Amino acid sequence: MTVKIAARHVSAFYGDVRALDDVSIDIDTDHVTALIGPSGCGKSTLLRTLNRLTDTVPGARVEGDIRLDGRDIHGRDMDVVELRARVGMVFQKPNPFPKSIYENVAYGPRIHGLARGRGELDAVVETSLRRTGLWDEVKDRLSDRGTALSGGQQQRLCIARALAIEPEVILMDEPCSALDPIATARIEELIGALSGRYAIAIVTHNMQQAARVSQRTAFFHLGRLVEYGDTSDIFTNPRAERTKDYITGRYG
Amino acid sequence: MAESRTLATHTVSAFDQEIGQLRGLVAQMGGLAEQAVGRAMLALQRGDLELAAQVSAADRAIDMLEAEVERAAVRLIALRAPMADDLREVVAALKIAGVVERIGDYAKNIARRVPAIISDHRIEPISTLPAMARMAQEMVHDALDAFAARDPAAALEVRQRDTALDDFYDSIFRTLVTYMVENPRTISQVAHLLFVAKNLERVGDHATNVAEMVYYAAAGRHTEPRGLSAGEVQ
Repeated sequence: MTVKIAARHVSAFYGDVRALDDVSIDIDTDHVTALIGPSGCGKSTLLRTLNRLTDTVPGARVEGDIRLDGRDIHGRDMDVVELRARVGMVFQKPNPFPKSIYENVAYGPRIHGLARGRGELDAVVETSLRRTGLWDEVKDRLSDRGTALSGGQQQRLCIARALAIEPEVILMDEPCSALDPIATARIEELIGALSGRYAIAIVTHNMQQAARVSQRTAFFHLGRLVEYGDTSDIFTNPRAERTKDYITGRYG
Repeated sequence: MAESRTLATHTVSAFDQEIGQLRGLVAQMGGLAEQAVGRAMLALQRGDLELAAQVSAADRAIDMLEAEVERAAVRLIALRAPMADDLREVVAALKIAGVVERIGDYAKNIARRVPAIISDHRIEPISTLPAMARMAQEMVHDALDAFAARDPAAALEVRQRDTALDDFYDSIFRTLVTYMVENPRTISQVAHLLFVAKNLERVGDHATNVAEMVYYAAAGRHTEPRGLSAGEVQ
């Protein structure tokens, strides 16, 4: 098992409110990690601390140690732009740029200087769109606006956009909650295809989805990591009473 | 007294009702199967052909309940997507129903042999079979009680009793063989009694299977495999 991100004793605060309470967790490359728990449990906050998106929230403060390949992501030598390039993020609501499909994918590699010349850029765009299964659907209309695609296609475009800058980790915050079942199935299939190549962490409220796409599941409650283990164990025989109550629908 | 685990209720109360209904059906099946074994043995002891016929006919009710358990479990899995304890319990209920249906079949098989066993001269070893039957019935009863109470310790206790039942069977087997050697005229009747004893031994095995599923559902892990018992060898 290759640990990609090691978080130790991470706490996060929004003003005086503690959203994460002493969480230690490893995200590795060989598994898809699902983060589950009721609203306000800290799972999305944890996801945001991993590429320092919490920096952008006024009044937010993060304590503890988070390492990407052993390097402190809060260290002086860590450039936050580089960090976010290496640790990409896909959000709940598809948010393509109001630009062409091509530009949506080409934008990142261009500003990060990942492609030299039009030919290389074209190749990156095609590879990224192919990895998300979108290429055949959009190859003849790359100049159409990204926002003109269907919701599921937009989400895959956002994933392609994240892949184009060759990240090592992909964080997904409820990537399917705005999608229909078919589009959801495509994204889940895609997550399966991407795992192994990228370390993937996904926040989801859909327990069946967590069970389907992940091999490791972490259950959060009131900002704490209650249980972290193999997905098959968590869903058939959780150790903690609170995990059991939550996944069997007895919570609250 | 068995310590029963109380579970908090589901946020969706219909879920609780449906699981409760499923558990009720399994308990009902268990009651009927246990009763069928008892009545089949009573018919045998008394030579009551009418009662034997009733037991045979009543097996249909158990079969129908099994189908109902299957429908309820499939529906619950499809509509509620049960997880963890709930999932194990639904799977256990489904499997237990299948096993209990088999117990009903053994009772029916015993009842069907009654006409062939009844004759003018009384066969002595027939008197030891009811004790064995009671032991098997109690195992069925207690395994289903353990299911109702979600009590893994009680389930393990039932499972341990199977060895004694197997020993009982071995002893009856030897007695019946000896009896046949000494009374060749009774061979056809006593051969049927051998099957009755074997059926009772199988009822015990099935009660043990129920107990193992109860243990799995309640404790979340499987029981240790048992060694081959005498009953399983023969």
